[in-house]
Amino acid sequence: MKRVLVNGLLWVFAGLAVFPLVWMVCVSLMPAGSASSLPPPLIPAHPTLEHYRLLLGDGGLKRAFVNSLGLAVVSTLMSVSFNTLAGYSFAKLRFRHREQVFGLLIAALVIPGQVAMLPLFLMLKGMGLVNTWMGVLIPSMAGIFGIFLVRQYARGVPDELLEAARLDGAGEWRIFWNIVLPTLKPVLVTLAVFAFLGSWNDFMWPLIVLTDGDMHTLPVALAALSREHVNDSELMMAGAVITVLPVLVLFVALQRYYMQGLLMGSVK
Amino acid sequence: MQRRRLLTAAAVAPLAGCARDSSTTTLRFWAMGRESEVAAELIAGFEREHPNVRVKVEQLPWTAAHEKLLTAFAGDATPDLAQVGNTWLPEMQALGALEPLQPWIDRTPMLQAADYFAGIWATNAPGGQRVGLPWYVDTRLMFVRQDLLAKAGINEMPRDWAAWRETLARLRQHGMDKPLLLPTNESAPLLALALQQPEEVLRDGGRYGNFSGAGFRTALAFYLERFQRGEAPGVSEVQIGNLWQEFGRGSFAFYLSGPWDIGEFKRRLPAELANAWITAELPGPTGPGSSIAGGASLAMFKRSRHKPEAWALISYLSRPDVQLEFYRLTGDLPARRSAWAMPLNGATLAEDRHAAAFHRQLERVRAAPAVPEWERIEKEMQLAATRAVHGVTDLDATVKALDARVDGILEKRRWMLDKARA
Amino acid sequence: MRTLHRESLAAWAFAAPALIVIALFFGVPVFAGLALSLTDFDIYALADIGNLRWQGWNNYVHVLSLPLFWQALGNTAYFVVLGVPLSIALSLAAAVLLQSKLVRFKPLLRTALFAPVVTTLVAVAVIWRYLFHVKYGLVNYTLQHFGVDPIDWLGDPHWSMPTIIGFAAWKNFGGNMIIFIAALQAVPHDLYEAARLDGARSWAQFRHITVPNIAPTLLMVAILTTAGYFQLFAEPYVMTQGGPLQSTVSVLYLMYEEGFKWWNLGLASAVAFVLFLIIVVVSKGLIAVQRRLTGEGA
Repeated sequence: MKRVLVNGLLWVFAGLAVFPLVWMVCVSLMPAGSASSLPPPLIPAHPTLEHYRLLLGDGGLKRAFVNSLGLAVVSTLMSVSFNTLAGYSFAKLRFRHREQVFGLLIAALVIPGQVAMLPLFLMLKGMGLVNTWMGVLIPSMAGIFGIFLVRQYARGVPDELLEAARLDGAGEWRIFWNIVLPTLKPVLVTLAVFAFLGSWNDFMWPLIVLTDGDMHTLPVALAALSREHVNDSELMMAGAVITVLPVLVLFVALQRYYMQGLLMGSVK
Repeated sequence: MQRRRLLTAAAVAPLAGCARDSSTTTLRFWAMGRESEVAAELIAGFEREHPNVRVKVEQLPWTAAHEKLLTAFAGDATPDLAQVGNTWLPEMQALGALEPLQPWIDRTPMLQAADYFAGIWATNAPGGQRVGLPWYVDTRLMFVRQDLLAKAGINEMPRDWAAWRETLARLRQHGMDKPLLLPTNESAPLLALALQQPEEVLRDGGRYGNFSGAGFRTALAFYLERFQRGEAPGVSEVQIGNLWQEFGRGSFAFYLSGPWDIGEFKRRLPAELANAWITAELPGPTGPGSSIAGGASLAMFKRSRHKPEAWALISYLSRPDVQLEFYRLTGDLPARRSAWAMPLNGATLAEDRHAAAFHRQLERVRAAPAVPEWERIEKEMQLAATRAVHGVTDLDATVKALDARVDGILEKRRWMLDKARA
Repeated sequence: MRTLHRESLAAWAFAAPALIVIALFFGVPVFAGLALSLTDFDIYALADIGNLRWQGWNNYVHVLSLPLFWQALGNTAYFVVLGVPLSIALSLAAAVLLQSKLVRFKPLLRTALFAPVVTTLVAVAVIWRYLFHVKYGLVNYTLQHFGVDPIDWLGDPHWSMPTIIGFAAWKNFGGNMIIFIAALQAVPHDLYEAARLDGARSWAQFRHITVPNIAPTLLMVAILTTAGYFQLFAEPYVMTQGGPLQSTVSVLYLMYEEGFKWWNLGLASAVAFVLFLIIVVVSKGLIAVQRRLTGEGA
């Protein structure tokens, strides 16, 4: 009895969680105008790919898709490199004021990012970086949480291992590259998925920094589309699928590592 | 090593966007709404005449266009030329973002000031400096399902407020639940009513709000009365769904809109309703009333590096035949009088069944105040009106609060005007 | 000693890229923002810096006297006060259920429950808008079968914020769920065994064993979620544009409008800093409350 209750509740929960996404796919396959009728259809009676063809043709989302992909990849590479190096440094390398600097970073976590947004925009304007890729990437490189995650993980590396390598005459970089990095693999995957998701889903900053429609990322392009085509629900759903499917696929494929990294990271 | 390679790659990426080909110039042209959708067609002719110029049209939704223009100015990322709403010209000119056009106009004999509607031509030179060339004119008037009016025994369009009241009441009696569509997010209908009043909405040369004055009070009272009598639904555009469909279904008989809806209704309404609707001039308090002197202009940005080519495009789009073609594609009315006299489908535009009312209304238009803050003030006006529609505040409180808000918005303007005077 | 010096050098070199980026593109702008908030930097000043005026604390006074600010604060507080407990309750419930030994297909269920977190906010906000459409939305259609009149979820000022709260709960509960799963796994099983032998039922076990043991995690999640919820922006921007009747204008949305729509950067920066202060105060308050509770409990 209890088994039925527990499992049943979970399936209901899961169903509610996933239903909007499934509905999104269904509606995206319906011909234009058919979703705005009563009763609201659930299964497409005459499935069609016309919306996808329109959006991925010259309909603007193809460009945005490529933009989002490129930005996410570069952002992930940069952010993972920077954060891993810094995280390891704070965990294992000894230098003066290490703990104070780290404490400062943790304190900075409380500051909402939006406080910095307006002046950062002006700064980028001064540097001529408004409406450029660099302008979009810059805030994503400053990831305090990533440094924190790596530091937590890297602390698990035994000090004796590093000392032995140093006594053998190995340089710091070689120690990091050959000994430490392989052990950090799980948290690296977590960081990478985190960074990719963050960049792909980022909305407010690209909205502000990118003025050219050609440079828009998927969320920004979708938002613009949704304001212009308020009534074309099927088209909008197709756009939503295009935006959500890649990250969903990525997540499902890597979710074992992602979950592992998060679970380990949150044990304090 | 890996790090350095990544950094250089990232640094080079923005440079890769620069055009390497020096023989073709690419113009960046920002346009909005329906106009941006047809721009590509219109511009094909221009690109044929100027084979070494390519035009990249950027489509902006109207709801985001104003802020995108300001963001572009703030970020030094303005395009070469853009479609700019008339009411935004004072703001753009005060910022020094636009290229003064008089020298260019003087060098182009094809462009004659006399060929433009006088009221519209004047709005394009805020502060005495001409920064825009009118592209199309627009105003607001009524789109009417005259067949439904006839069914209720009304055979004449209402010409003043009293007749309008009566018509709406009669339609309700005959079973139409909400005969007038006034989406609460649209500021144009209320503004048009306000501009029909003798008083200005801002006083002292645009230094203070005058919304608690008699003029706006009268306009707002008439506006609110339509909701209070149940003649208009108190909903915004989003909640209506597909308003063209609803017009076709006969959910309402009157809709206040602009010339672009001529094209939209023609396209979206079924063939049997083609003669069921007509456009009619706005009724005023005591007789045919004025409406908004609206429209958009083409403007060039000071920071553009392709000014001659941009001007060539602006001149091209201002040719009477191209203006007429533009009307055919969008329903937007030409800014040049000569285009109205050119033949189209056997008659001239001035005689066209749907455009004729616009032609007459354009002789009775008034412009919104030419202050840079107008866009914001208009939004505040509509927000205040919506609160009154929903009964959150009564008329008196609404206009007083609105004036207080507007006075605050204009504070910087007052300071700058006083500084300039000193 | 040389190795220590070399290690220290390497440490700075490794940390440098991240630290420089953070200092330059986060630290500097934050201080610049503070400076901006003391002036009336606006679009006129952007055109000509001579139009800049020193304001001192005037911007902050002006913000605190703006009716729209208080409305935004009220909306945001409404969102936080209802949304955080709802989100945490859902996450905890899901985590507890998932931890049960009676569950089959655990990874599948976990993935399904976490999926909304991964999705792009803009995309799912669009989906939500159509699901909750007043005429053609599935939600109203289903409710009609239960005899409930159609509700204008996003167009009625009374329902717009609750709809957004529900949306945020749906989107975010998976994230906290994972954290709770980790915390629950750390609770020793023998405690539950002992309680079961004593005859305690599930609810009693939950109250007396689970909750005290995950209390620190609960506090951390509460603080993080609260701070995050105070930064409500994207949902109103995409779903309602702050409407209807500004019932979904949040503090950050107000900052965005003042800053990026009307370019009153001075005022917008002041709004941002006021929000920051509020978050800090509330977080400290939560910690104090927790301390008082555990103090009394112990």
